[in-house]
Amino acid sequence: MTEITLNVNKKEYRLTVSEDALLLDVLRNNLGLTGTKRGCEVGECGACTVIMDGKTVNSCLVLAVQAQGSEIRTIEGVAENGKLHPVQQSFLEYDAVQCGFCTPGMVLSAVSLLEKKAHPEETEIKEAIAGNLCRCTGYQPIVKAIKAVGEK
Amino acid sequence: MNIIGKREPRVDALGKVTGAAKFADDYNMPHQLYAAVKYAEFPHAEIVSVDTAKAAALSGVQAVLTAKDVPGSNRFGLGGDIRILADDRTRYLGDVVAVVAAESRALAAQAIDLIEVTYKELPAVFHPEEALKEDAPKIHEQGNEIVHHKLRRGNVEQGFAEADFILEHRFTTQAIEHSYIEPEAALAYPDEQDGFVVIGSLQNFYTSHKAIAAALDLPLSKVQIIQSTMGGSFGGKDESATMLAARAALLAQKTGRPVKMLNSREDSIRQSYKRHPYILYYKWGCRYDGSITAMELKAIADGGAYVSMSPFVTWRSVVQATGPYHCPNVKTDLYAAFTNNNFTGAMRGFGSPQVNFAIESMMDELAEQVGKSPLAVRLLNGFETGSVTATGQRLNHEVSLKHALLEAASASYYGKKWAENRLTKNKSNPIRKGIGISCAYRGVSLGAEGVDAASAVVYIQPDGSVNVSSGIIDMGQGAQTAMSQIVAEVLGINLNRLRFLQPDSGRVADSGPTVASRGTIMGGGAAKIAAENVRAVMEKTLREMTEQEQADFLFENEEIFLKKGNGKGKRVAGFDEVVARCYAKGRPLFASGVRHIAETNWDEETGQGDAYFTYVYGANVAEVEVDTETGRVDVTKFYSVHDVGRAINRSMVEGQIYGGVAMGMGYGIMEEFIQEEGQAKTLNFDEYYIPTALDVPYMKAIILENPDAKGPFGAKSIGEPALEMAAPAIANAIFNATGKRILNLPANLEEVLLGKKLRRKTPRASVSCKIGPL
Ligand code: FES
Ligand code: FES
Repeated sequence: MTEITLNVNKKEYRLTVSEDALLLDVLRNNLGLTGTKRGCEVGECGACTVIMDGKTVNSCLVLAVQAQGSEIRTIEGVAENGKLHPVQQSFLEYDAVQCGFCTPGMVLSAVSLLEKKAHPEETEIKEAIAGNLCRCTGYQPIVKAIKAVGEK
Repeated sequence: MNIIGKREPRVDALGKVTGAAKFADDYNMPHQLYAAVKYAEFPHAEIVSVDTAKAAALSGVQAVLTAKDVPGSNRFGLGGDIRILADDRTRYLGDVVAVVAAESRALAAQAIDLIEVTYKELPAVFHPEEALKEDAPKIHEQGNEIVHHKLRRGNVEQGFAEADFILEHRFTTQAIEHSYIEPEAALAYPDEQDGFVVIGSLQNFYTSHKAIAAALDLPLSKVQIIQSTMGGSFGGKDESATMLAARAALLAQKTGRPVKMLNSREDSIRQSYKRHPYILYYKWGCRYDGSITAMELKAIADGGAYVSMSPFVTWRSVVQATGPYHCPNVKTDLYAAFTNNNFTGAMRGFGSPQVNFAIESMMDELAEQVGKSPLAVRLLNGFETGSVTATGQRLNHEVSLKHALLEAASASYYGKKWAENRLTKNKSNPIRKGIGISCAYRGVSLGAEGVDAASAVVYIQPDGSVNVSSGIIDMGQGAQTAMSQIVAEVLGINLNRLRFLQPDSGRVADSGPTVASRGTIMGGGAAKIAAENVRAVMEKTLREMTEQEQADFLFENEEIFLKKGNGKGKRVAGFDEVVARCYAKGRPLFASGVRHIAETNWDEETGQGDAYFTYVYGANVAEVEVDTETGRVDVTKFYSVHDVGRAINRSMVEGQIYGGVAMGMGYGIMEEFIQEEGQAKTLNFDEYYIPTALDVPYMKAIILENPDAKGPFGAKSIGEPALEMAAPAIANAIFNATGKRILNLPANLEEVLLGKKLRRKTPRASVSCKIGPL
């Protein structure tokens, strides 16, 4: 067991975790942040996407101890002060959500892209979410929703 | 109409964008145990003995169960043959011989390794045609033929004799993994009155409910199933999810503690059933004018280890085996066979994608042979209102097939591009463009082989807010929103008054499975009736209020008016006011509705009858670029036209179309669940490829509306039609680009380049190492 500190959604946590614990498991099990989803555990589906120190990562590929001292943003930290983030709002508007299992990861990939580039091209959007699998929507409404945020 | 047809936001979307939505694995309880499974080690073997002593002795292990420990019925499913825990034999490598509950996931896995099973290996069979041979090893006592459906119409011998030429092909289609992004999970726990509660990701929880209660040997009333938000299903979370939930419940019963059972992706793919692979031998008798004189089909579906939905899946294939085309003489024989592969069952499309691929490829071949355009040949042979299908059913509703074809063709400039692509064969450019068309018809809902009824409940609370519930499950397709819109329309209220409650086995009567694109037509139908029933109570009160015994009322925009002819008369009251009056008079506003449609009939021997109570029609056009040096197919544009009867929610209909096209594209060119000697080789998304955002084409959804008398506000269905004709449109586009006919799905690099699949001989890393839960 090792002690680590994490800053998750602007809150400091001091945690004792086992060396092989995944960031995904620590977020879900230790912190109860179940909005981060488990889909494949091999870094292919993107359901577990979080933003770590400004970059999107698959939290199933990051050991909790590797995240020591990092700033992490999960889906629970995207809406602020009870106000939806424009990406979330746009997902609702463009019907970019069906079953919703990919949605947290998609939203975070989109938020991260838009923070780097406010008006992304369609191909840039597609590239940014290429690591987030969605089986329901065919991606088109998601791409539209993200594009619309950039166009606002 | 005020709410029907609008692009209303989904009622369940908010919680999904904030992370608040709770999926099965998001439920936890204090004191819960974690479960793990011991897999079969041979695809076909007798289980001689299972030694669980060492596992049970491990500290932290609370229970180890084998088939012997199941108090009630260990078997369930349509064929009564799916084992919750393998008892006599193992029949595929996803069978589970024992389960463990322990204090942690890691401990449970450790205990699994200590279980020792002694087997007597039996000869196995992995190919359905082999399995049907006389001397094949028998997987079940009754032999390997699961079902043989027949259809006989006219006289095919005579039909072939009348033909100018014969078209014959052997097609194969592959097994497909549903690939819902949420793997199966369940939490089972004892309740306060010696019953059990199971929270799970279950598509057809009424069947799960029965199987779980039977396994625990408890009455249905003592087992409560709660449906969690579902992370996709596509037909896939039926028996596989039931197995998992039942195992969790058995462990909860044994230990008296909550038990969490969770599939890793590898567990999910290893255990779950797939889309049926088919081998299809099609023979068509054709005339030089492009018409069809006869059609004969023999097809064999790989049913895998258990019956599951094979009889129904293959039945739909038989009904739709001629496609939406006139054919006077038809002979169809469809077999499903047991093998030692993963069992196969329901998946979006349900027996239609396989035959559609073959039919629509044949239709293009026919056009090629007679020198006509594929569109012209379809228009020549296609059904119209009043046409009679191969099963002898007269189509009395609006048959919009040709309308759909023409829409798809004009939106895509099909005719012009098709002709151009055939001419441009610029030899120096390896990238060739192609365009392909397809169409299909589809029987709506279950059809003549199932009892078709669904229920819904509407409860207007004393303050005028409304709860709706139904036994139809929302797996992401938007059933809750569609049903809410229907209720809101009937009651003339805003959607934000409504709150949909997740179904629960004690709340709404058995509604049958949420399959066969029946959610809107059946669940929506039931919701409409429930809302009308509750409105009738309000109308009674309204008649007293207005002192007009014969009056009719109009419910609109939160207000109620007297009806004047067909129009709006004097305002009577606001919605809330009437609700309050009802309660003051001791009339609670609670009603249920049942939609039951029984207008189907069928003769097993001849395959004749009214197979489905209504049908839908659609057409697809795909544009591709084929790299003739590598065989890579890039789908660049896709046009998808569907007559949905009426779109309850346009955005959601489009959403179904986009998702269906993407999945159909995966079926066409990318996806294949590969098994060798029963061993799954594509156990996770690193080897099983589904389309990503970079793979999908630009998609244009075109909605046609010909309201159907059978559906609520005329609505029919879209979930499965959206997918079922995408692959042949792509295959036909590949032909247009290259002149190569794709006979085997998927049209991946090898298939396009070499016309066959290459198979790696040596085991892959993920297969050679041991597979198990973490
Ligand atoms: S769970 Fe991490 S990428 Fe799939
Ligand atoms: S909405 Fe279901 S996986 Fe994306």
